[in-house]
Amino acid sequence: MTIGIVSYGAYVPRYRIKVEEIAQVWGDNAEALKSGLMVYEKSVPDIDEDAATIAVEAARYAMIRSGVDPERIGAVYTGSESHPYAVKPTSTIVAQAIGATPNMTAADFEFACKAGTAAVQACMGLVSSGMVDLGMAIGADVSQGAPGDALEYTAAAGGVACLIGKNESEIAAIIEDTYSFTTDTPDFWRREGMPYPEHGGRFTGEPGYFKHVTNGAKGLLEKLGTKPKDYDYVVFHQPNGKFPTKVAKSLGFTKAQIAPGLVVPKIGNTYSGSCLMGIAATLDQAKPGDRIFATAFGSGAGSDAFSITVTDRIEEIRNRAPTVSELIKDPIYIDYARYAKHKGKIRRS
Amino acid sequence: MASVPRFWRGIGSRYNLEGTRCNECGEYFYPPRNFCVNCRRVGHIEPYKFKGTGEIISYTVIHTAAEGFEDQTPYILAIIQLDEGPRLTSQVIGNPENIHIRMRVRSVFRKLGEDGEGGMIYYGTKFVPEHE
Repeated sequence: MTIGIVSYGAYVPRYRIKVEEIAQVWGDNAEALKSGLMVYEKSVPDIDEDAATIAVEAARYAMIRSGVDPERIGAVYTGSESHPYAVKPTSTIVAQAIGATPNMTAADFEFACKAGTAAVQACMGLVSSGMVDLGMAIGADVSQGAPGDALEYTAAAGGVACLIGKNESEIAAIIEDTYSFTTDTPDFWRREGMPYPEHGGRFTGEPGYFKHVTNGAKGLLEKLGTKPKDYDYVVFHQPNGKFPTKVAKSLGFTKAQIAPGLVVPKIGNTYSGSCLMGIAATLDQAKPGDRIFATAFGSGAGSDAFSITVTDRIEEIRNRAPTVSELIKDPIYIDYARYAKHKGKIRRS
Repeated sequence: MASVPRFWRGIGSRYNLEGTRCNECGEYFYPPRNFCVNCRRVGHIEPYKFKGTGEIISYTVIHTAAEGFEDQTPYILAIIQLDEGPRLTSQVIGNPENIHIRMRVRSVFRKLGEDGEGGMIYYGTKFVPEHE
């Protein structure tokens, strides 16, 4: 049976803050941060945007691209670590806003930065079992970094929606297989009721990101019997530009393979949208027959790897909605004070 | 903001610009009417989802906002004529210096308000300049 991405849609808020602007507040060296992180600016949500509005905008673009009747969608799953409600699913809001309600199921997912790809896997299961015709999987976040924390330079806002189906004539990108690698690794967390996450500093690197991404990616390559050279593009979770570049090299992928999907230098880490944003940016320019290898990572920790082949259908749907590069052009730059207001870091008394 | 049940009853029109259309005379209604004011009892009303595009008929810039909107000032409140005909009042997201009458706009999904930090969040439609 063939399962794949019938359509996709991305959304990135228009506001940006530059690394220099954050660094001058905290007395950090902006040039060292930029070269170390390979991140130059990050997206910031508008005052009236949150993970739900971002998920809706991304899902609506996916619906425009697909042209399918929303009543065919049997499941809507939204992955985020910044769901606006602790209890009240974001996915119900999204499902209503795309016209998929009421004869469908919905739930919210949470797995740090890989909740969106976990939703993709759940939709693949429901679609392949025949339980639903189409499933909408979304990763969207308005991620938080505590004032002065290293995360402030990268924690950004954005989201991507993928419509998953099994009708071959509708599939724009076949998902050949997926593989996950999961352990209990406390590299990053946010306790209930706390406004900002905490993390293990350098501990997030080797025991967290690199171990899980490497094992997830190797696991899928071995399962499929494929090698890095069999793929035209590769996407890894991008908490910064350095980590995916380093893991790509260690696994044997080239800079040319990773470049089209590496969007983090311009928009920062969109958390649950991060790996999916790289996949969306790659689908924006891939040709029919191209193969894409992708591995998402979520702290906590785990990875989801995917092997994808683009079909002829991509050419038909691609330009029906804005591409990632179109979404991120023409930003509005704001200073730290306005950023702090947008993110609720300062409040009117 | 409105009470929770009152808002819930209008979710369809607030989220998705769901209105109605009279098949007899062709007039569109937003918010939805279940009775045609032109055709009266011979009218035939059916649901209609507006495309979400239109133009600004008039606008004002709010500098002194009502409670709950203080953090958004200055913001634009406009009368927008949808392409199908009905007019509605909505916030337009953008720089007040760049706004003008007859500007083309399109609908987007945003937070309209919330009942404090622990209350319900009200989502719905606002507008942005069409090519943003």
